[in-house]
Amino acid sequence: MQPVNEMKLEFLSKSSNEAFARVVAAAFVSQLDPTIEELADVRTAVSEAVTNAIIHGYEDMIGTIRMVCRLYERSVEIEISDEGKGIEDIEQAMQPLYTSKPEMERSGMGFTVMESFMDMVRVRSEPGKGTTVTLYKTFSSERK
Amino acid sequence: MEIRFSKKGSTLIVAFSGELDHHFAEYARNRIESELLKATTRDVIFDLTGLSFMDSSGIGVLVGRYANIRRLGGKAAVICRNRRILKILEMSGVLKLMSVYDKPDDALRALPGA
Repeated sequence: MQPVNEMKLEFLSKSSNEAFARVVAAAFVSQLDPTIEELADVRTAVSEAVTNAIIHGYEDMIGTIRMVCRLYERSVEIEISDEGKGIEDIEQAMQPLYTSKPEMERSGMGFTVMESFMDMVRVRSEPGKGTTVTLYKTFSSERK
Repeated sequence: MEIRFSKKGSTLIVAFSGELDHHFAEYARNRIESELLKATTRDVIFDLTGLSFMDSSGIGVLVGRYANIRRLGGKAAVICRNRRILKILEMSGVLKLMSVYDKPDDALRALPGA
């Protein structure tokens, strides 16, 4: 299926870009006229994915995070990738409450939040190479 | 993000406004910790009413402070009506640690030290 629209964005893994990324994603997705609730779901999931890339992907280093948004008729696909340290065990990382950084007061709920606010979350990762998280959501057809 | 503190008896009310994410989590943590050290606080009410956004980074801020509040024998409560934030609080188990109320007054009535 061909997207009806697409955008790509690259930014540094600085925490001040978490708000920037979720605002940009929401602004782009709003072309599909989602409900306010659906838009807030997207904002929250993007924030979680970008935060993961910053904290876990790059840890204390500054690297580049890439966000690709593809819009379809009534759905969106958002790909957030880093070239950071990668995830050894994806299944474990996605467990609710699992965190590799309890000392930083991380709740271990990032993936669980993404999964609960989006329709589907796909994670691809290679240790030493980086991680790509893809978020999928279909919007209700009633427009408000 | 902004945090305002107020006091009712031995209960500290921590009112958040704006957006609470990882970027502001450390700031929030430091502000609350230094207020908790100031004295005479027993119970804490986290008033999230003014938050327009919170992701799971907010959970760490609340649960981390909760551990210190419990250590001093106090209780914690949350004020929140935002459905999405409530869902995050619920799925992360925060609502098993602290009760949630619609308004600060409701929480104050339920906490013994206020």
